[in-house]
Amino acid sequence: MRNLHRKLFRDVGAMKGQSAAIGVVVAAGVMILIVFVTTYDALTLTQNRFYEDRQFAEVFADLKRAPNNVAGRLRDVDGVNHVETRVSASVRIEVQGFGEPVRGRIVSLPEEHEPLVNRLYLREGDFPPPWRADAMAVNEVFAEAHGLRPGDTLDVIIRGQLETLTVSGIVLSPEFIYQLGPNDLVPDYKRYGVLWMRERGLAKAFAMDGAFNNAVFTLRPDASPERVIALVDEVLAPYGGIGAYGREDQLSHRFLQEELEQVRTMATVLPVIFLGVAAFLLHVLMGRIIRTQREQIAVLKAFGHTNTEIAAHYALFTGLIVMVGAVVGTALGAWAADGLARLYMEYFRFPEISFRLQAWVMAVAFLVAGGAAFLGAYGAVRSAVSLPPAEAMRPPLPERFHRTALERSALWTRVSQPTRIVLRNLSRHPLKAGLSVTGIALAGALLLVGSQMFKAIDHMVDFQYRFVLLMDIHLTFTEPTPERAAGELLHKPGVRFVEGYRSVPVRLVNGTSEYQTSLLGIDAESRLRGIVDAERRPVPVPPEGILLTTYLADYLGIRPGDSVQVELLEGRRRTLSVPLAGVVEEPIGVSAYMERRAVNRLMREGPAISGAWILTDDEQRDTLFRELRDLARVDGIGLVGDAEAAFRRHLDDTLLAFMGIVLLLSVSIAFAVIYNNARIALAERMRELATLRVLGFTRFEVSWILIGEVALLTFVAIPAGWGIGVGFAYALNQAMALDMYRVPFILTPWTFAFSAAGVLTASVLSVLVMSKRILRIDMVTALKTGE
Amino acid sequence: MVNERKQDRRAVFRTEGVTKVYDMGEVKIHALRGVDMALYAGELMVLLGPSGCGKSTLLNILGGLDTASGGTVTYRDRDLTRAGERALTRYRRHEVGFVFQAYNMIPSLTARENVAIVTEIAEDPMTPEKALELVGLDDRMDHFPSQLSGGQQQRVAIARAIAKRPTVLLCDEPTGALDSKTSAAVLEAIESINRGLGTTTALITHNEVIGEMADRVVRMSDGKIVNEHRNDKRRAPAELEW
Repeated sequence: MRNLHRKLFRDVGAMKGQSAAIGVVVAAGVMILIVFVTTYDALTLTQNRFYEDRQFAEVFADLKRAPNNVAGRLRDVDGVNHVETRVSASVRIEVQGFGEPVRGRIVSLPEEHEPLVNRLYLREGDFPPPWRADAMAVNEVFAEAHGLRPGDTLDVIIRGQLETLTVSGIVLSPEFIYQLGPNDLVPDYKRYGVLWMRERGLAKAFAMDGAFNNAVFTLRPDASPERVIALVDEVLAPYGGIGAYGREDQLSHRFLQEELEQVRTMATVLPVIFLGVAAFLLHVLMGRIIRTQREQIAVLKAFGHTNTEIAAHYALFTGLIVMVGAVVGTALGAWAADGLARLYMEYFRFPEISFRLQAWVMAVAFLVAGGAAFLGAYGAVRSAVSLPPAEAMRPPLPERFHRTALERSALWTRVSQPTRIVLRNLSRHPLKAGLSVTGIALAGALLLVGSQMFKAIDHMVDFQYRFVLLMDIHLTFTEPTPERAAGELLHKPGVRFVEGYRSVPVRLVNGTSEYQTSLLGIDAESRLRGIVDAERRPVPVPPEGILLTTYLADYLGIRPGDSVQVELLEGRRRTLSVPLAGVVEEPIGVSAYMERRAVNRLMREGPAISGAWILTDDEQRDTLFRELRDLARVDGIGLVGDAEAAFRRHLDDTLLAFMGIVLLLSVSIAFAVIYNNARIALAERMRELATLRVLGFTRFEVSWILIGEVALLTFVAIPAGWGIGVGFAYALNQAMALDMYRVPFILTPWTFAFSAAGVLTASVLSVLVMSKRILRIDMVTALKTGE
Repeated sequence: MVNERKQDRRAVFRTEGVTKVYDMGEVKIHALRGVDMALYAGELMVLLGPSGCGKSTLLNILGGLDTASGGTVTYRDRDLTRAGERALTRYRRHEVGFVFQAYNMIPSLTARENVAIVTEIAEDPMTPEKALELVGLDDRMDHFPSQLSGGQQQRVAIARAIAKRPTVLLCDEPTGALDSKTSAAVLEAIESINRGLGTTTALITHNEVIGEMADRVVRMSDGKIVNEHRNDKRRAPAELEW
């Protein structure tokens, strides 16, 4: 047996090209599984540990103002474990040397102790010392974005009052893992920051002395959040409570969950597709490799090796290749998962990543890859050992061919003999040709899945910023403001056009489905906010009734004509029934729209606006910013161009980083499959090719027989790959519809061309590598009999 | 005798001191150790010798499948030892017909197509049908190799070799895999090509008896020619027995 083992290693060495190709397929399948599952695991594990360690709240409540003694009543609510009442204020921040507007939120810390709920994690420096009104802690991302260190100062405008605060420490908070400004889709660390001050100083600055406007709760293990929310709402209703909410509606948590959900979906769909494809390819490739060893198997048998020994030999051979591939795939997968988890950490701030390679994931990956390879090997070994040795050692009998229907056509007589060889070889083995086509097609399909995502995301962002958000600047006021404020803005430098909007937080309810979002009141013929359908045609905003995004209407289960319950979460809270006037198609965000005056009527108010959208001249922007910053009622200034850039960067770092890996692996698989196919075809045709060389065919003419075969398979496989790829992409697309954004299912000629080009490139490379071997064909050796 | 004189002066091949060394890493195998010989126009020469004596190597060199390590090989007035890959391909394409022990049919082509694959690229070929008629297979033209017996496949191989009207026909153990009765039919085909078309023919065998059908018998042993004699009379293949 020892020599048999030696043969094992030499065989792997001799077939290093093919073995490597199989290894690549194994590695790709294993890597995809490891990358996605491990990244998902690392993120959820990190999240859970951080939440637990920092006592992340389970219920949150905002209100207008309640005296501090109400805190006792909140503490007594059944099911509540701890309560922290806080002052939370939206502020404007001026960072020295940074010319653009910066918005922020400042949250109070208990005066003399660290909070029991939503505890901060200290990264650098110290918490603000008790009783100090001029010290603050700064969220890490914001500090990083502006290079802030303990001891630095910031000018913060609280309620129009400028306060100069010193950074005492840099912190992380479970509440702001995903630090997102209002109206932002993705974090913008430079332009939005979260700060913490001791309670007394902040309350004073915010005119909240002896009162609070925000409360956070942790619950007892057996408590029901819904019940606690209802009870808390009851307590806070007289104090302008706008409705407590659970974790699932907390901004940072919700976005984190969405991202995790996306990773989880990819971690389910992509590995299934990839491992499935890899398993299929391994089965086919392993079987073919072993079939080329037919004569060797016969010799081994002739020497008295038992079938079991031979089977064990090839099992080891298969195992060796699979093992190397799986180990490489695991290592690469772990490495990539670690890198991806770190990329996510740029957006989700945790103190550290809890990263682990789970045994079950590796076991699944190894089992699937190994199982498929062994099955393929098994079939081939079995058919090889079933032959009597003498028969297997003889050169294979000429294969049986017969004429096909194709040959009865008049065209056939004009087909040259070498081309006839190609056509008959393929039609002789329709199953084998079919498997080859399927293998190549699957590789092409994976390419299509990867590239489809890139194009679709690009399309989605384009759609949002070319057809939906048409303004340059998005202005938010501190509170509803008379409509004429918009007119006043028109006189500011560089302002070309202004449009006011009204935005009200609402909860939409239909039966048991509900969704908390904002109701946006816009002009009936808005120029700066596109309301469009799937074909990008403008949807008119009706004078009455509400418009919902298709996603939200589906989520709530209502159709145009039905009514939806609208719970207003601002001002005097009321619930009204509003008819759904139509649906709009928006890939990003989940919003509800009404005509602006209709919203004013719902709110029982005059023509008020919550903010304004502005078109500007680029040149005068800096002057404009300065003037806008000085307006007391301006709460936030958002630059749409910056938001778009940030959003694209975010997608590049997360979703597209994953898809980049998928694409890279698809290309490797495509090459591995096509190369192996061609390589085995060469082994099978060696004798024929040598014969033709003897008959005086040039190398080029001989190459045609092989190239023709590869080319024909490739040309059939490309459209087949398109078909399969569209199916895969659609499945992935359906699985990935999120609240935050829904990647449209877009197929462009580019996507198809990319898949075809990938397959063609792999084919051309394979043929080039092989044509070297064709040049080296040794006619004398190839034609020797049975040696 | 007229025939013999004519052959005598017109050598198709001439070799001088041809050697062939296979470099197998640490050992060198001397397959040919200085071969001087000639093959004359129109003759049928049988090259006899035990296996491993170098006869196949010599034939491969003559046929342009392999190159000599030393010495010269001239085909008519051309020096084959100096020919490049391109020239050798052209040479095989237009001048030489090859027949091997393992018939080396293209399994996916019918008998007719196996011949046509050569006639399609030759300069002045006969039709595939004519070539198959010459080897007595005109009734099997549309059969695939798998539908033909070994002897029939070998006759297709002969038809394929001669359809281009080659100057020389080189046969390497053409009957090595056949029984004596089938062999006779194959040898008859070779003999009739040689006689009817005047194709210069060299035939390798280890079977002494086959030597009797030749004009001339050359014996090789251990990489050298050890003996050469001319038959007074060629015997018909049908008369041979082994």
